[in-house]
Amino acid sequence: MSETLLRVENLKKYFRVRGSFTKKVRAVDDVSFEIFRGTTLGVVGESGCGKSTLGRTILRLIDPTSGRIIFDGRDVTKVKGKALREYWRNAQMVFQDPHTSLNPRMTIASILLEPIKSYRIYVEDEEKFLVEQLEMVGLGKEHLYRYPHELSGGQKQRVAILRAIIVKPKFVVLDEPTSALDVSVQAQILELLKNLQKIYNLTYMFISHDIAVVKYMSDAIAVMYLGKIVEIGDADTVFFNPLHPYTKYLLSAIPIPDPKMARDRKKVIIQGEPPSPINPPPGCRFHPRCPFAMDICRKEEPPKIEVEKNHIVACMLYAKK
Amino acid sequence: MNIVYRALRILIKIYTDIRDRITPGWSQKNSSRIREWELMAYAFSKSKIGVLGGFMVFITVVLAIIGPIISWEPYWIYKTITDPKLMYLPPCLPPWCSGRPILGTDEWGRDIVAMSLYGFRISFVISIVVVFFGSVIGIVLGLVSGYKGGVVDEIIMRLTDIFMAFPSLILAIAFAAVLPSRIRGFLGENIWFRNILSTIFGLRPQEYPQLAALLSVWIAMVVVWWPGYTRIIRGTVLSVREHPFIEAAKLCGLSTWRILVKHILPNVLSPVIVMITFDMATATLFAASLSFLGLGPQEPVPELGYMISKAGRYFPERSLHVVAYLGLVLLFIALGWNLLGDALRDVLDPRTRRALEFREEKV
Repeated sequence: MSETLLRVENLKKYFRVRGSFTKKVRAVDDVSFEIFRGTTLGVVGESGCGKSTLGRTILRLIDPTSGRIIFDGRDVTKVKGKALREYWRNAQMVFQDPHTSLNPRMTIASILLEPIKSYRIYVEDEEKFLVEQLEMVGLGKEHLYRYPHELSGGQKQRVAILRAIIVKPKFVVLDEPTSALDVSVQAQILELLKNLQKIYNLTYMFISHDIAVVKYMSDAIAVMYLGKIVEIGDADTVFFNPLHPYTKYLLSAIPIPDPKMARDRKKVIIQGEPPSPINPPPGCRFHPRCPFAMDICRKEEPPKIEVEKNHIVACMLYAKK
Repeated sequence: MNIVYRALRILIKIYTDIRDRITPGWSQKNSSRIREWELMAYAFSKSKIGVLGGFMVFITVVLAIIGPIISWEPYWIYKTITDPKLMYLPPCLPPWCSGRPILGTDEWGRDIVAMSLYGFRISFVISIVVVFFGSVIGIVLGLVSGYKGGVVDEIIMRLTDIFMAFPSLILAIAFAAVLPSRIRGFLGENIWFRNILSTIFGLRPQEYPQLAALLSVWIAMVVVWWPGYTRIIRGTVLSVREHPFIEAAKLCGLSTWRILVKHILPNVLSPVIVMITFDMATATLFAASLSFLGLGPQEPVPELGYMISKAGRYFPERSLHVVAYLGLVLLFIALGWNLLGDALRDVLDPRTRRALEFREEKV
């Protein structure tokens, strides 16, 4: 088996609520997982469940409240200054909205040169190098001296992806890289990301709210609900044999183009909105919406149960078996 | 194609040619930026008010630069001592009374048009220095305050609150009352500094007690000027720093300073440029009101506010023309900057500019 590139242990990020000393938003609550070198971990969950916060915390753009982040054998939870720069040299991020992730006052060339100059990567002929790189992500020389507002959303996202991988990092957090784009462009971008992963042996953490996209991209899937990972496992296992009711719900929400199949499929319907992460419900956080909720779910927090190899689920339904 | 647009295009062309001469290939690399400038020039030329304001500011600046040089009457000669009849001569047109100043004379028998040329220089120098230092201090503090947040932000913002809560005119009065004597001593010892000051104000070096008064007006105004900029910059920084491109810049390993200068400052600059143009008007009027109250320079410096205040003693029977003319000069300066600022606000805002681009389908 391949080696672990990133290991996250009991990572927590609580945000203080304004005007209160005791109330806290538990954006990321006790999250642990590992990502193997050259693979993709997909993180799914509905909006506000802490997916993006998880990505940002792992990259140390937000400081974690507690827990450990071990990257490439080194603990980067508390590194500062030079060591943090060194970490960022190897761990980059692609943001959700390409319209705000590129500085509107800089040309594409200067945006792309920034990481190269900052990390002192030697390039013989800057312009030639940039054109080569741009061609790799499907852009060309004519885009080099444009401003971001002169490009389309998909082109901007290509630039953002290129900025992240131009320093040849080992690990890239993809924070919903396609959700701001047209469907036709989404497929191209996903394809591009897969190709780049093959070329540079990149490790991805792919964050999305679309479980179908995540399945397409990932080797492993983690399902998040209200700051916690409720199910994690190999992509195929989670996708074809979902155990947690929430995962089942997410999967039954995927549209199926064939109406016959859609009618036959078992649907899990859950009601209501996700509760506020400021005071999450006691016990299992999913119980107010769960169709299978038992008494014990209201009292005890479900343990993490390894149902089969590489398939962990946090649900009382599987505790007794 | 209109004349203003054509003139601005030529200016842009000259600039790009110079840059191309220095670093070959510059204009090709920056073609997008040049197109943006041309678009701005076009948007500006379409605004009649802006063109009028720009024209008025252009005249103000030209007169401020060449005024003291072309002025045909020295300001330090007291003609009325030998010829009292010259005092407050009314305006008179050449066919009827040739050889006399067209717009009349002031208390000392000096041509008020010639005197106002000195006045243009003095008020321009005061306002540009005040606005420059005020905005630099304000921008630096605002950037740090907005980006750092937390305790630093609290301290800086409370400081600006204190300065804003203080009535600015009173503070300036206090400074103007205390500072001149010290500055006078300093100027008396440092002749080189006195010479520089007198050159930029267009006055004689002998006037150094008056220069000290002007300098104290500067300092007093800078002290009350920066809080407005700090506030505006901080507010804009707060919104800009939430953009993901700041996080991306952090991931690029840039230092806080580089992020502030390269990523945040260019994105907060356009409201500041607009504010600077408006403030040029406000500062001119503020300086004039300080010297109107007698806190600025004294005889024989032809400062606009001071001359109005002097003429006020004989107002309106003998000095109506002086007050009216010098008031119109101040109005001209202030109005020009204000109109220009109004147009710049539209031109620098990419949304209004883009709207214009679509409407006209030009450039």
